[in-house]
Amino acid sequence: MANAFDFELVSPERLLLSEKVTEVVIPATLGEMTVLANHAPTMTTIKSGLVTVRLASGQVAKYVVFGGFADILPTGCTLLAESAVPESEASRDLLDKKIKDLRSEIDNTLSDDHRTKLEHMLADLTHLGGTLPA
Amino acid sequence: MPSLKDLKNRIASVKATQKITKAMKMVAAAKLRRAQEAAEAARPYAERMNRVLASLSAANAENAEAPLLLKGTGKNQVHLLIVATGERGLAGGFNSSIIRMARDHALKLISEGKTVKILTVGRKGNDILRRTFRENIVDYVTFREVKQLGFVNANEVAQKVLALFNAGEFDVATLFYARFQSVISQVATAQQIIPAKFEDAAAGSSASALYEYEPGEQEILEDLLPRNIAVQIFRALLENNASFYGAQMSAMDNATRNAGEMINKLTLSYNRQRQAQITKELIEIISGAEAL
Repeated sequence: MANAFDFELVSPERLLLSEKVTEVVIPATLGEMTVLANHAPTMTTIKSGLVTVRLASGQVAKYVVFGGFADILPTGCTLLAESAVPESEASRDLLDKKIKDLRSEIDNTLSDDHRTKLEHMLADLTHLGGTLPA
Repeated sequence: MPSLKDLKNRIASVKATQKITKAMKMVAAAKLRRAQEAAEAARPYAERMNRVLASLSAANAENAEAPLLLKGTGKNQVHLLIVATGERGLAGGFNSSIIRMARDHALKLISEGKTVKILTVGRKGNDILRRTFRENIVDYVTFREVKQLGFVNANEVAQKVLALFNAGEFDVATLFYARFQSVISQVATAQQIIPAKFEDAAAGSSASALYEYEPGEQEILEDLLPRNIAVQIFRALLENNASFYGAQMSAMDNATRNAGEMINKLTLSYNRQRQAQITKELIEIISGAEAL
């Protein structure tokens, strides 16, 4: 039995989850990473993607997050997402709307740096679209 | 001296007003509870964000290449005032106290020879500030159509502010809103958001050395600082919202009580006059009978 640690998933609007968990997979900017108990203190930005949480009770919960960052300590992990929804509530429509907004933002932006960043986000979202149930 | 009929009409109209203010008080109370819950729900995010940024900024305080959002442009010439007010009135001194604070601040800056630009959020503030500072208002955001204030709304404001900052339009940004203390007390507050200031910068510095950063400390800081602006604005908007309903609730409570007092007074003079009239009629009848 793996050690449990505290995990919190917060969006600016509400606290989505605050539980004891044994394992969390987060979509970090430099690639997916799995966080177990006693992880070295790490701070990482995350991209849009799927967060998989294995609760201490053995259940698995999945959340779709859109950007943000994670604060990882040996005793716990806090994920601050710009916006997050449970996977069950994440629909294709929601994603399509985000993609559409992003597209129009890409068309309107002037700075190249910003556009590159947005295009990365767009790629993440499109990728995410493939993993969601239709 | 108003006639009996006039008095009766006035009593009826004050009663109607009282019913309206009473209903508004109830509505404000219900909305206040929801606004307060929203403000509470947003707190954990803002707190963690603040903690992380405090430790990061403490570590980067000496860094010459720190992002401009953190250390400022090095100038203090052009000020942006972001004034967040309500969309509606009928909330006692809520709007005017925020506006007064913003106006005093603006006048002080102008007298010091600084340039002032104003971004208003909310219709009321825009209407009133437009009278005095027509040339200074650079942008105006309204949430009239918005039912439930969300992070997207705050982000919209933040993007405007950041676009102005990146274009070098201002050096210092201050946010004006009413902090929610309790139902009867809301405090107009000025908070500097650019360059960023953190309350417990010293406390966080010790932990920062242990962290591993992915991708890098600098990149994270650059990613987080703009986001922090949106979070700060979001928090201010939520506090403002709660304050608005708090102020409205107590204003409407007062109005209902005043209407009650007025009804009592009017009823008293109505009854007095009615009695006076009856007495007068009696005297007329009696003296008429005596004259026979």
